[in-house]
Amino acid sequence: MTSSARRAVHPLAWWAWAACLAVTAMQSGNPNPLVLLLVGGVCCFVVASCRGNAPWSRSLAFFLRVGLVVIAVRVGIEVLFGQRGVPGHVLFTLPRVPLPAWAVAVSIGGPVTLESILTAFVAGLQIAVILVCFGAANSLASPYRLLRCLPAVLYEAGVAVTVALSFTPELVESIAAVRRARRLRGIPTSGVRGMRGVAVPVLEGALDRSLQLATSMDARGYGRRNEAASVARRLATAATLLGLLLAAVGVYGVIDSGSLFGLGLPILAVAVVLCSVGLAVGGRRTTRSRYRPDRWGGQEWLIVGSGLVALGSMVLAHALDVAGVTVSFFPLAVPALPVVAVVGILFAALPAFVVPAPRRGVASARADVGTVAA
Amino acid sequence: MIRFDHVSFTYSGAERPTLRDVTLRVPEGELCVVVGETGSGKSTLLRAVNGLVPHFSGGTLAGTVSVDGRSTRDHRPRELADVVGYVGQNPAASFVTERVEDELAYTMENLGVPADAMRRRVEDAVDLLGLHDLRERSVRALSGGQQQRVAIGAVLTASPHVLVLDEPTSALDPAAAEEVLNSLTRLVQDLGMTVLMAEHRLERVLPFADRVVLVPGDGAPLVVGPPEEVMRSSPVAPPIVELGRLVGWEPLPLTVRDARRQAATLRARIEPMSPTLDGGPDAAARPEAACVRNLGVSYGPVVGLVSVDLAFRSGEVTVLMGRNGSGKSSLLNIVSGGLSPSRGSVRVGGADPHRLGAAELIRHVGLVPQDPGLLLYGESVLDECRSADRASGLPEGTTSATLERILPGLPPDRHPRDLSEGQRLGLALAVVLAPAPPLLLLDEPTRGLDYPSKDRLVTLLRDLADAGHAVVLATHDVELAARVADRAVVMADGEVIGDGPAHTVVCHSPVFAPQVAKVLAPDEWLTLDEVRSALAATPA
Repeated sequence: MTSSARRAVHPLAWWAWAACLAVTAMQSGNPNPLVLLLVGGVCCFVVASCRGNAPWSRSLAFFLRVGLVVIAVRVGIEVLFGQRGVPGHVLFTLPRVPLPAWAVAVSIGGPVTLESILTAFVAGLQIAVILVCFGAANSLASPYRLLRCLPAVLYEAGVAVTVALSFTPELVESIAAVRRARRLRGIPTSGVRGMRGVAVPVLEGALDRSLQLATSMDARGYGRRNEAASVARRLATAATLLGLLLAAVGVYGVIDSGSLFGLGLPILAVAVVLCSVGLAVGGRRTTRSRYRPDRWGGQEWLIVGSGLVALGSMVLAHALDVAGVTVSFFPLAVPALPVVAVVGILFAALPAFVVPAPRRGVASARADVGTVAA
Repeated sequence: MIRFDHVSFTYSGAERPTLRDVTLRVPEGELCVVVGETGSGKSTLLRAVNGLVPHFSGGTLAGTVSVDGRSTRDHRPRELADVVGYVGQNPAASFVTERVEDELAYTMENLGVPADAMRRRVEDAVDLLGLHDLRERSVRALSGGQQQRVAIGAVLTASPHVLVLDEPTSALDPAAAEEVLNSLTRLVQDLGMTVLMAEHRLERVLPFADRVVLVPGDGAPLVVGPPEEVMRSSPVAPPIVELGRLVGWEPLPLTVRDARRQAATLRARIEPMSPTLDGGPDAAARPEAACVRNLGVSYGPVVGLVSVDLAFRSGEVTVLMGRNGSGKSSLLNIVSGGLSPSRGSVRVGGADPHRLGAAELIRHVGLVPQDPGLLLYGESVLDECRSADRASGLPEGTTSATLERILPGLPPDRHPRDLSEGQRLGLALAVVLAPAPPLLLLDEPTRGLDYPSKDRLVTLLRDLADAGHAVVLATHDVELAARVADRAVVMADGEVIGDGPAHTVVCHSPVFAPQVAKVLAPDEWLTLDEVRSALAATPA
């Protein structure tokens, strides 16, 4: 535990890394599908080599599945309601549904072109890759440790977060347990009736446990504070929350310069001030202390750095207007590879070679025993 | 240290109060054991100490509960966290963090203990409760006994003045339970900590107790006093006390040592009636209900079972004993078709349970899992019984009739979640037993059961065996094992290390021998009933 090789990586480092990759994927309005696939691939690769054995470590698979659904939905919508009248290679023609005159902006059916489907696919892929980046952060960083990094003021919201965090893994476990139990009672576990029979006790059990967890947190001193004026505390919390909200709006304004009348930066500045005031006031009256706080060291810098390199290369490629950064399928063509961006994104796979995977084996095996025993 | 002043408590919606006009003082440095039948309100009493009742339970509390001068009226549980450490019945549900070490530190973090003090106290708790190998592990991946120890460690690190424990040893094997109790007494003796604990298996706790609080249930007044006094009339009493009451020993013995000093005349008197140990002549002649051959299972690198050969015979009650994590649950899960073995074969009534369909399976084998609540998901007791009847195609009312035999008078409109642990077990048993499977498996059936419920369970299991069922139960409860078992199988590290008639296996083990056997050794008496009938046959 003391050797730096086995020290757990600071959760914020993984989140920063994943955020860099997500922003890289978001850089273009008409992204290059090859670049997107590369970003997704890098995420999966790093997760595969760096993740531990905790319940959340398997969440990437879930996000991958959601991503596929997103792509399917996006393409499906395009086929049904897509823009018509754009020339291209017609794949097939759906029967057109006549709509009343007031719905002239919407069309259902009609000729479906390869170009429109490709465009829709890439748009879906972009969202899917962003989801994968999020999933990678989820798989790599312990949400419990991330929670510990929250500033004291926000820790108030922590009950909800902790309960939510434990909800999903327990849900998965209790689904398995209930299915086994139903088998023991001779009731089929598949089919619609089986599903309903499983869902009710699982949800009931999970809610029950969430309540017990909240009880336990309270009994163990969660949310204690010293004798501070509650007005000041509420103000601090309000300032922080408002600041975070404004920060979100401000970031949106900065990214999309056309919106908010160019007020993005001023709003962001106000947000930063509000947050700092809130954190400073709230932090003074907390009685909490930290056990073995996560340290920020060389490997954290490396992880964040590799993410920044990927992002930087993409920004650079944009600035230089390298071919293949933005791809249009009108006319149809195989997209070129923007070499600068590709090299940068590949650099983001560095953590897979440098950061040692947490020990696996015994703990994960015991996890299976635990579920079996349940 | 703990004061209850005229405390009454009624759960919302309940007709009668659970606690009525309770006045109780637990002075500093006392180990106080709360006893009572299943569902009598022990847990309510314990949870009232740090204000979980009524702050988290709802209901109406009258009177005052105060700890260390702080009343729960104006202090929420979190404001009492530095004085009261509370360990609930189900430790797994109380874990807040993910790793054992973080769990140990959690309360201290909330209390704002300085970082270096936290490191020290975590080390102390690790040493005190033997958690060294577990500190890096995930709390969800621990066995029941390990979880219990971590939960106790997690409240100990905050060094509270008062420790409140709800059945802390019910999931532990005898050795682990002894360990936990020893550390608790050390806390009382060395640190002057006040401990208030509920316990069903009194045989281990009574010798350590300074006082006993008997909760008779139904809002009747508490009986408080030294253990010898309360035990004289308590409806829940360990076998050694029952033996003392039966023979009329004075003072009432609480430990094997006390009892042996008085037992010489009794031993001499009943010696000629000493039970014979032929293990039953027809044991081998009974038909096999299930057998496993060369069974092995592993979970990744961890081995659950190593080449186990066993046969369970009809008409025989077999107990599986062994440490926490020795493979008992794995074996039961495989035999019941819930888990497929890595190696070897399983035959239950000639079929491989893993390949049977759900409806077919329950006619071959029934398993009551460690948490019987898992089997229950109906809206009411009656609903549960009806769905069990439907699932196995039985005439309506079969399950209800079975239930009536196990747990008479359980209100049919009660929601299963509102039942006590013991009542839930009874209901789960009824549900599993209804289709009359030839092989019945029970995993730790006595968790949370009081003595009267255990008596009923023993009678029921014996009846089932006599009716030709093969009954297998995994248990840590040596007293139950002694009373019910024909045969005992001892497991360690996934292997069978002892298999034979219960009398032989149980009597000769210092860990597994029941109290009666210890008192009356070297004659091989196991149970109170044997002694009782022997006494009846030899008038003094």
